[in-house]
Amino acid sequence: MTESSATKLLNGDACRRTLNGKNASKNGYVKNHCPFQQPQKYRRSGEKKQNATHNPSLYKKPFMESFEETPLLVAVLTYMGYGILTVFGYLRDFLRHWNIEKCHVARERDEQKDFVPLYQDFENFYTRNLYMRIRDNWNRPICSVPGARMDLVERVTHNYNWTFDHTGKVVKDVINMGSYNYLGFAESTGTCADAAIEATQIYGVGVGSTRCEMGNLDIHEELEELVARFLGVEASMAFGMGFATNSMNIPALTGKGCLILSDELNHASLVLGARLSGSTIRVFKHNNMQSLEKLLRDAIVHGQPRTHRPWKKILIVVEGIYSMEGSIIRLPEVIALKKRYKAYLYLDEAHSIGALGPNGRGVVDYFGLDPKDVDIMMGTFTKSFGAAGGYIGGKKELIDYLRSHSHSALYATSMSPPVVQQIITSMKIIMGEDGSTLGADRLRQLSENTNYFRRRLREMGFIIYGNDDSPVVPLMLYMPAKIGAFGREMLKRNIGTVVVGFPATPIIESRARFCVSAAHTREMLDTALEAISEVGDLLQLKYSRREQPLPSLGWMSEESLLQD
Amino acid sequence: MGVRVLSWYFETPLLFAFPPAGRMNFKNMREYLAWLYYQYLLITGIYVLEPWEKSIFNSVLFSAIAMVVYTSYVFVPIHVRLALEFFFENFGGQPESTMALMN
Repeated sequence: MTESSATKLLNGDACRRTLNGKNASKNGYVKNHCPFQQPQKYRRSGEKKQNATHNPSLYKKPFMESFEETPLLVAVLTYMGYGILTVFGYLRDFLRHWNIEKCHVARERDEQKDFVPLYQDFENFYTRNLYMRIRDNWNRPICSVPGARMDLVERVTHNYNWTFDHTGKVVKDVINMGSYNYLGFAESTGTCADAAIEATQIYGVGVGSTRCEMGNLDIHEELEELVARFLGVEASMAFGMGFATNSMNIPALTGKGCLILSDELNHASLVLGARLSGSTIRVFKHNNMQSLEKLLRDAIVHGQPRTHRPWKKILIVVEGIYSMEGSIIRLPEVIALKKRYKAYLYLDEAHSIGALGPNGRGVVDYFGLDPKDVDIMMGTFTKSFGAAGGYIGGKKELIDYLRSHSHSALYATSMSPPVVQQIITSMKIIMGEDGSTLGADRLRQLSENTNYFRRRLREMGFIIYGNDDSPVVPLMLYMPAKIGAFGREMLKRNIGTVVVGFPATPIIESRARFCVSAAHTREMLDTALEAISEVGDLLQLKYSRREQPLPSLGWMSEESLLQD
Repeated sequence: MGVRVLSWYFETPLLFAFPPAGRMNFKNMREYLAWLYYQYLLITGIYVLEPWEKSIFNSVLFSAIAMVVYTSYVFVPIHVRLALEFFFENFGGQPESTMALMN
């Protein structure tokens, strides 16, 4: 497709068929007018690098994303490791069943044993036999503000992670690479904290009612007006919990007879909201615009499943940044598709609001698009604003409808006033309305830290997923034993990390997820990178097969240089 | 560009023979062997198991490898000799048929 027709799509014009004989259908054969269908290009095996080669005119800067393929040997060894651990899991289950060893886990009572078993499915097996063995890497109690550095309570276990004892000591000043603290607003001192204290002294902490009844304070109205101005939309509404925002509002927006097209890797709250609504759900491949377009075309052509009536609404549900992959949604293409096929777009900016874009206004700002193109902009205040809760922004009619029809508005308690004040203060700082340059400094610091951290990790030879600009950095570990080893070795070096395995990720693709923050200084990042490199050498995690020569195979690379 | 000539499937077995410990500083052989044992624990996944489970797995694996070594030591030379005799009948003391004809 030429550039001019791609820009015409962006402006909402339908692609008109020319009256010329060349493009007209001959013998009933309809010509393919898909703007994004590309012939399958040969890709160099071993890597899936996705640049914006299909429609360069829609992207103002290069879209660099990469998801390097799992090395075959690593995949085989990972499956072997899981196989061995499964065999030992069966052995332990056998010993527990015949009471040869003490059973710490929940079991059915004797009266219940004749009914359908409760704990026999794979998830329970996995929890008992694999998760429990490395459980000390999660739920670590934090006893200070989870800012750039934090204090952890030291724990020991005498029965292999079934119970923990606190030694009474505290591990101080652990570098925090796991908190979603993108702009560094998780702090207990400063303007935000002072404003929150003032708000507590005026309003108290609890509200004691729902928004509809007696819980609508003037501070809530101020917050909603500020959020609408921040996003560039007509109106917005704030809710007490980010998960509840998704799961309670999607049912209010769609129902039976509507179609929801959701990304493969959407968050559990979006999936739950879609299922609760009762609409038909179809899933498209992650960030794959050809798959989305095919689904849209099929939906419009065939209509509802049995009756072939047209769908009442088609809602495309995507996220701004996918936190498990570190990838950014291809928003210009999604908006072009949405305009062409007259669908609605629900954008969940949980991780991208405040973290992307030159002004911190999220993924819409990052691509330089118009916020009015996105029908429903949802986000959370948990990540970049250091508070709790979620919001939905859009047209005034939409928000007025949600005020009276959303479950969250009718039944959930309103947000707590100090939390609301924290959001108001931090949002004003990001917008620059408090008169200082703190917001702009933090945004710039975050993007610098992100680029530096990602570049250094790539150079070291780790496999890193995702877009070059996303502050969420997943580092691939693959093998089950390395999940536990990585978490423990990093804590020994005073760095707190989050490791993720099944079921949050596919079974062989376990990873460590780093969240870069504006509160991290260059020295902290260097310390962290040094420790990561050390642990990477110790555990042999540098799997990447890119163009850098492996320094340890020095003799081999010389030989191959001679061959050239 | 000339560095990536060899494919990964060729290099990896050699990686097992000479594990790349390039950036690690080992003071002596004992530390290097301890690191190799650690890698074995991580790759097979035994690292997460309790000590008695580790001992069970190690003894089973060790006895399996010992049996493989014993079998190959005892039987491989015999089988190799038999295979060579089958394919090239001029091994050993078999008189050639042409010599018998000539005599």
